[in-house]
Amino acid sequence: MKSFSYAQATKPADAVQLLGAQPQSKFIAGGTNLVDLMKYAVENPDRLVDISHLDLAKIEPANGGLRIGALARNSDVAANALVQKQFPLLAEALLAGASPQLRNMATMGGNLLQRTRCNYFYDVSQPCNKRTPGRDAGDAAFRPTGCGAIGGYNRIHAILGSSESCIATNPSDMNVALAALDAVVQVTGPNGSRSIPILEFHRLPGTTPQRDTVLEDNELITAIDLPTSAVGGKSHYLKVRDRASYAFALVSVAARLVTQNGMIREARIALGGVAHKPWRLPVVEQTMVGKPATEATFRTAAQALLAGAKPHEHNAFKIQLAENAIIRALQTVSS
Amino acid sequence: MAKKLLGDPINRVDGALKATGRARYSGDIKRPGMLHGVLVMSTVANGKITAIDTAATLKLPGVVNVMTHLNAPKLAGIDKNKASEIATDRVLQLFQDDLVHYNNQPIAMVLADTLEQATEGASLVRVTYQIQPVKQPLPTGKADLATPKQLPRIDDQVDTKRGDLAAGLGAATQRIEATYTTPTMNHNALEPHALLAFWEGDKLTMYNATQGISGCQKRVAELFGMPKENVRVITQFLGGGFGSKGTTFSHVLLTPMAAKLVGKPVRLVLKREQMFGMVGNRSATEQTLTLATGNDGKLLATAHHSLVQTSDFDDFAEPAGTITRMLYACSNLDTTHKFIRANIGTPTPMRAPGEAPGVFALESAIDEMAAQLKMDPLAFRLANYAEKDPNKDKPFSSKSLRECYRQGAERFGWSKRPAEPRSLKNGHYLRGMGMGTTVYPMNRAESSALVRLKPDGTLQVETGTQDLGTGTFTIMTQIAAEVFGVSPDQVTLSAGDSIYPASSVSGGSRCTSSTGSAVEQAAREVLKKTKQLAFKDSKSPLFNVAEADIVAEKGGRLQQKSNPKIGESITNLLKRNGNNPVEATVQSKQGDEKEKYSMNAFGAVFAEVEVDELLGEVRVTRLLGSFAAGRIVNLKTARSQVLGGMVWAVSMALHEKTAFDMRTNRVMNANLAEYHVPVNADIREIDGFFIEEADDIVNPAGVKGIGEIGVVGTVAAIANAIYHATGHRFRDLPITVDKVLSLASR
Ligand SMILES: Cc1cc2nc3c(=O)[nH]c(=O)nc-3n(C[C@H](O)[C@H](O)[C@H](O)COP(=O)(O)OP(=O)(O)OC[C@H]3O[C@@H](n4cnc5c(N)ncnc54)[C@H](O)[C@@H]3O)c2cc1C
Ligand code: SF4
Repeated sequence: MKSFSYAQATKPADAVQLLGAQPQSKFIAGGTNLVDLMKYAVENPDRLVDISHLDLAKIEPANGGLRIGALARNSDVAANALVQKQFPLLAEALLAGASPQLRNMATMGGNLLQRTRCNYFYDVSQPCNKRTPGRDAGDAAFRPTGCGAIGGYNRIHAILGSSESCIATNPSDMNVALAALDAVVQVTGPNGSRSIPILEFHRLPGTTPQRDTVLEDNELITAIDLPTSAVGGKSHYLKVRDRASYAFALVSVAARLVTQNGMIREARIALGGVAHKPWRLPVVEQTMVGKPATEATFRTAAQALLAGAKPHEHNAFKIQLAENAIIRALQTVSS
Repeated sequence: MAKKLLGDPINRVDGALKATGRARYSGDIKRPGMLHGVLVMSTVANGKITAIDTAATLKLPGVVNVMTHLNAPKLAGIDKNKASEIATDRVLQLFQDDLVHYNNQPIAMVLADTLEQATEGASLVRVTYQIQPVKQPLPTGKADLATPKQLPRIDDQVDTKRGDLAAGLGAATQRIEATYTTPTMNHNALEPHALLAFWEGDKLTMYNATQGISGCQKRVAELFGMPKENVRVITQFLGGGFGSKGTTFSHVLLTPMAAKLVGKPVRLVLKREQMFGMVGNRSATEQTLTLATGNDGKLLATAHHSLVQTSDFDDFAEPAGTITRMLYACSNLDTTHKFIRANIGTPTPMRAPGEAPGVFALESAIDEMAAQLKMDPLAFRLANYAEKDPNKDKPFSSKSLRECYRQGAERFGWSKRPAEPRSLKNGHYLRGMGMGTTVYPMNRAESSALVRLKPDGTLQVETGTQDLGTGTFTIMTQIAAEVFGVSPDQVTLSAGDSIYPASSVSGGSRCTSSTGSAVEQAAREVLKKTKQLAFKDSKSPLFNVAEADIVAEKGGRLQQKSNPKIGESITNLLKRNGNNPVEATVQSKQGDEKEKYSMNAFGAVFAEVEVDELLGEVRVTRLLGSFAAGRIVNLKTARSQVLGGMVWAVSMALHEKTAFDMRTNRVMNANLAEYHVPVNADIREIDGFFIEEADDIVNPAGVKGIGEIGVVGTVAAIANAIYHATGHRFRDLPITVDKVLSLASR
């Protein structure tokens, strides 16, 4: 790990200012992802700005829904009565992630920004377009860029929305639930504040896989807003993984469904573990409205969501798995 | 006193130290002026180092030196750094040349005042290589097959033939042939490999996390070309090793070399990712089994061909086929071992080396054969029960496998298993039951111990053994205490240091049979001397009472067997005799019993699983093992051993796999987030119990090994249960989501 300096921010505006004051600065919240990445020399900040003391950890009603502070801990959010009552899907997804110890440290903002678990991204001896986007001519020992995972060991990689530069996935469980809940991310920066709908927050890799999200380097996430859906309905977070707990999702599904007399009134389906961002296609959800809540409808929707899926050497199973998981999750919320 | 076959389940002598964090492991030890070492690892798998640029590293504050092949001390005993007959003596990477044999090989060590400085320094070392094409490991690298010169246990033949395989196959009416594959695995003990080394003149002291203090002392001394007496090895506590700390690997030499180079104590703790290469692994295997029977289900022919892998500079060969030679009665049998060479770190024994992958294949094949015969798998095993060892053609010193089958099946409820696969359901889950025979040979090595009876009646035991974390220190006190009929808290143990009598490695389940026997014999010797003292002491009530007629009884009393009222306390006896301690040192080793008997622990494991085929998930809902392993010294620590072994088997069956990038032979999941082992949620109902088994032949302690037997048959029991649940055979480990799904959707 490279030596770094440390500063603590007490107000959001100070945090943004501190970050801008020195290049190569990074916010640190729970540190559960950033510190690991620093140990592996994937992230090498010169300065850490500690935001964990900011007064941004509240969970409060807002506009009929909830506003969750960016520094609320994952475990506190999952245990919160308002969250459990109004948005059990979020609580379920948070509890499916990591371990109790990690959830006690991990924050909502940090979880939104947690980086891919791509094996090559984590190993600085390996080529990776996300970690090392351009050749640095000044350093002779700099490795040529490229994507190690393409043609390599890619069991956990993306089947949807990937590019020739990068086939990484977003590893978060929380993000998948947020996508199905139409969350809105509140951010503030040197140029003021803005609101970013969750589906626009994370991005596909394209030719610039170094950018996971549309957040600017100097912007601070302050809160996540969860709007109330027009109708209630049931929700479920289904996570398929290599062991019963404490493993990232191979595939996950956040599903919400409102049915009336066996007919679908409203549907939300977001997939995790398959793409560089939570995978949601509102057009597919719209086609489900008015159809019977049957396996046939669910299968058609699943196949539409997975249309264009492109497997690599070791992850072709994810296509079938995702289809099965979508159907199972929808059956669970329709029964 | 009559020996208890199932010993008291007392708590560990060091339990409180461990639970309160006061136990000091090798990586916790400090020394004034100590430097921290951090290794720099190769990032290519085959080639030559053409340049190492350490300029940026040496500029960092706190960095003292960087040891590379260019400045490393030369080793006087380097000619000993070659493939050896001793399984735990391997070829090491000691910075004596510029060659790179595998990815993630140590090539330099940065030495600095703090760990942080050394770590940062290591990240700045720039290495240039001349790269050669890589030789891939299994399953792809199968270009050049060779026959190993030997198997790790030197007595095991590499290939065997018994009877006439072709004739057996010809006479058979039923036959199966199948290939089973297992991946490369890494040990991943909780405690990383760690040591502190310092020199005082030409004397070297090392606090080292090793499973074999005396082997380490010998190996370090011979490679440095110095007398053994000049090397002191201390291992106060160990956080597991599973075989990877049984061999003295490169870092154990590199650290004292660095200490010599800088003239200061050096501490080195391996990072987790550095434990995927330089400290051994379990070889991948590809095993083809042929079984053939008559319609009565009696085995007429068995063939087991194993292909394993080793490094390109050493010869360790995983002995996958050895158990097949002896587990069932079958007169016509062929077994062979071949290996390939790959650019990987040398494999090493890993908990049940050979037995774990080999018995997975054998016990899966047995289940396949039973299914084809439409016989109950347990009945099929009983039909082929070996009354004597068919490989050695010798009787067993004891074998209680029938009783293990019977009691295990009864407690598990095996009779409720429907014959047809795919006939049990629980919601989304298919449910199945499977079983496997488990076995582990009794290994015993030379080991010594001193026992001292003190005038206050307490006992002192000294032996250079180490405690892997299994409870060795605790049960050594129990063994000595039982000889004298005193409570174990009347015994103090001095161990974990090469200043004590040399003791065997804690590996191959041989620690209690070897060192336990030494303690047992030394204690008996001391008791004998004490009885002789009474015999000769005219003031003793036991004056002139024959040694054979004196027994030690509870509370430290000697009394006459034929007339228990006659006797006195040991303290009184010693007081009258000058208050001197009575002591004996015994060097204990195997006699000719090995020539006359086959000695093994046996057991039966039963598994129940639930499989969600659509999601590819397998959950082991119940595991039960019954074991017969001679005398059990401590029921609590013994049960922990077999349960731990069974958890290992869940891991091997469902989770573990070292994932190589085949282009570079680099391990791409060298961390515990992606190298999966089970978590608590993966282990549901689990239990293990012991059958009482008295064996006076096997060794003085009357014990057989229990460290590995929990793993061996359990892997196949789980795979067989998955077959019973789904009707599909999974012959490629680990049985992960992707595999279950693809078979199910066929
Ligand atoms: C072993 C392990 C297993 C795990 N398993 C799972 C799992 O199964 N599922 C899952 O979803 N997750 C899992 N995680 C990931 C875990 O959820 C994340 O590490 C955690 O959510 C990150 O939150 P943090 O507050 O610790 O972030 P930090 O590590 O502090 O920060 C992460 C990044 O976000 C930035 N950042 C943090 N807060 C803000 C803010 N308010 N504004 C702007 N930038 C910010 C930081 O600069 C940094 O770049 C696992 C992690 C580990 C170590
Ligand atoms: S998939 Fe993306 S993150 Fe992984 S190696 Fe390729 S570019 Fe890097």
